[in-house]
Amino acid sequence: MSLINTVPETVVTSTIDDVLNWTRKSSVWYMLFGLACCAIEMMQTGGPRSDLDRFGAVPRATPRVSDLIIVSGTLTLKMALRTKLLYEQMPDPKYAISMGSCANCGGLFQLAYSVCDGVDKVIPVDVYVPGCPPRPEALTEGLLKLQDKIQQERWLVRAPESATV
Amino acid sequence: MDAAEIHRRLREKLGNAVLSEPTEDEWATIELQPASVAEACRYLKDDPELAFDCLSNLTAVDRKSDDLIDVYYHLFSYDHRHKITLRVSCPRLDPQLPTVSTVWPFGDWLEREAFDLMGVNFVGHGDLRRLLMPEDWVGHPLRKDFVEPEEYHGISTRRESLLKL
Repeated sequence: MSLINTVPETVVTSTIDDVLNWTRKSSVWYMLFGLACCAIEMMQTGGPRSDLDRFGAVPRATPRVSDLIIVSGTLTLKMALRTKLLYEQMPDPKYAISMGSCANCGGLFQLAYSVCDGVDKVIPVDVYVPGCPPRPEALTEGLLKLQDKIQQERWLVRAPESATV
Repeated sequence: MDAAEIHRRLREKLGNAVLSEPTEDEWATIELQPASVAEACRYLKDDPELAFDCLSNLTAVDRKSDDLIDVYYHLFSYDHRHKITLRVSCPRLDPQLPTVSTVWPFGDWLEREAFDLMGVNFVGHGDLRRLLMPEDWVGHPLRKDFVEPEEYHGISTRRESLLKL
C-alpha cells in the first residue's frame, strides 16, 4: 500500500540516522582553545555579531564535555603535546577544526625552531579554515562544513561503497 | 645624571672592574667584569642619587666569531629619569654570571629566558628553569651553532623551505 496521503500533515518522515545526525550537528560544543591572534576572531565568532550559538555551537571550558576543538593560532611544539592530551580527553565522536594559516601549516612561523607546522601532525583534522586570521564568517562557514560532514555520517547502516560522499 | 657621571661613580665604586671608558653618548654602554655585575647592580639600585629601580631588559648576544656571549642590562630610573646600559662578556663555552634577580625581582624571568635561549648560567638564581621552550628541550635555540632536532616526541620538524620556489 502507498503511504501517500495516509498520514496526517504534522508527521515528518526521516531515517533514524538523519535524526541522530541532525541532533548531533545542532549541538556541537566547541572547546575554547585559543592559542594566538586567531583566538580573537574565534571570540568574535562566538560573540553577538556573528553568534555561533545560532547553529547550536557554544563554547565549553573543558575537553570532557566538548565535541569539537577549534585549534586557533600558532601551535608550538611545547603546546602540541598538550593539544594531543586535551584532544584525547574529549569523548567520541569528536571533531577538530584547524583555524588559520598557523594551525594549518605553521604559517609565517613555519621555519621557526619552536613551531609545529600544522596541527594535523598531532591530531586528525576535519575542517581547515584558511586565513590569517580568518574572519568570523570564515569560521562560521567552517562550522557549517563540519555540520554537513556530521549530517553525512552513517551510524546504523554502513553505506554502500558507491554511495560514499 | 648623564652617562659620564654614572660611569665616574661606578668606577669610583668598583675600580678596575669597569672596563670601558666614559662617553657622552646618550645610549652609553658601560662594560664590566662578569664577576662584579651583581655588586654593580646592587650599588646602582641602592644609591639614592642613582636609584636605578627598573631593570628594563636583560638580553644576550652570541658573538660566535669572538667566542663570547655578551649579556646586556638595560637600566632605568623612574625617580631621576636617567638610563644606562651595562655589558658583560663571558666565554661562550661556559658563560657564568652572578644573578641580579636578588636585586630586581623581575630579573628572575629575564634570566630564565636568557638561560633558556642562550644558555647563560646565572649563579645564585635559585630557580633557573627553562621559561619558553619545553622542559625536556635539548640545546639553546638562539645560539648560532644550534642544530634543530629532527623530531620532537614524534613530531617531525623537517619541512620544505618556504623560500624555495
